[in-house]
Amino acid sequence: MQVKINGKSEEIQGGTVLDLLAAKKIEPQMVAVEVNDKMLERDHLGTTRLNDGDQVEFLFYMGGGR
Amino acid sequence: MEFTDEQISRYSRHILLPEVGGKGQKKIAKAKILLVGAGGLGSPAALYLAAAGVGTIGLIDSDVVDLTNLQRQILHHTPDVGRSKVLSGKEKIQALNPDVQVSMYEERLTAGNALKIFSDYDVVIDGVDNFTAKFLINDACYFANKPLVHGGILRFDGRVTTIIPKQSACYRCVFKQPPPAGLVASCQEAGVIGVLAGIIGTIQATEALKLVLGIGRPLTNRMLDFDARKTQFREIHVKRNPKCALCGDHPTITELFDDGDPYAGCTVRPDTQPKAVRL
Ligand SMILES: [Zn+2]
Repeated sequence: MQVKINGKSEEIQGGTVLDLLAAKKIEPQMVAVEVNDKMLERDHLGTTRLNDGDQVEFLFYMGGGR
Repeated sequence: MEFTDEQISRYSRHILLPEVGGKGQKKIAKAKILLVGAGGLGSPAALYLAAAGVGTIGLIDSDVVDLTNLQRQILHHTPDVGRSKVLSGKEKIQALNPDVQVSMYEERLTAGNALKIFSDYDVVIDGVDNFTAKFLINDACYFANKPLVHGGILRFDGRVTTIIPKQSACYRCVFKQPPPAGLVASCQEAGVIGVLAGIIGTIQATEALKLVLGIGRPLTNRMLDFDARKTQFREIHVKRNPKCALCGDHPTITELFDDGDPYAGCTVRPDTQPKAVRL
């Protein structure tokens, strides 16, 4: 199915947000996740199933400034 | 206060703008803006805010200028290597515009001094390089009720967002706590393209001036991410989180604290993990 990840359409296998993070080798502690403009609690990553057309936003920490 | 003829000339391109005018320029002249960090982001912000005629600019930084800073920290020049950053910054600001008062805080921002310093300012600009300080600044702005212009840069990526406490999403609404120290790279390891500091720091200064003038639409509830490789901006909508430990309905953070190791790193995007430097 197709979802949008950070604005880019991608074909992914179904499953939960946690499955998607695992497939992309993203450590869940390193990212804040929004699905369809809604911020997910970390405990909901494994229970939130993705649907065709969902908009997923991965927000990574950005720390520098010096 | 009245402007002198010289000041009217100096600020004429502002005064010509209907959104600023003489009245707005007076607001700028009365404004007090605090820069936490006189480094990459703080440099362009300090220079443009000085040029704009901001009445008081506060500089917090405990460091001295290092040779490796000069690739992006344009407030400091080659002869400043080894000198205090706040002193070097004050000299550049006042050389550009002697109208500006500069308050120097040659110290680290801590849970102990943050509220006292912040209480004297109208707007706070985050130009620090570690998560402990970024979370501390977010929390202190909430408790002191001061608008915050947050910024971050790393490698080819930058981010800006404006936070108006109790009105818009705070940093903790999105990122609950600093990332685990073992998972982040230090800024020194990660590198940054110098011009990014200019882009992001200048947007931060723009946001601060808009807040002072009360014009336009602030960058609240939006994270503006910039990718220098693609020259592309993206806006990510964020919302206040009712479960936020700081500004939510049932806050668990009720006083300032230093959250984590102040030397914990910058950040990591999985596709841009720093690789070993090959010489
Ligand atoms: Zn919050």
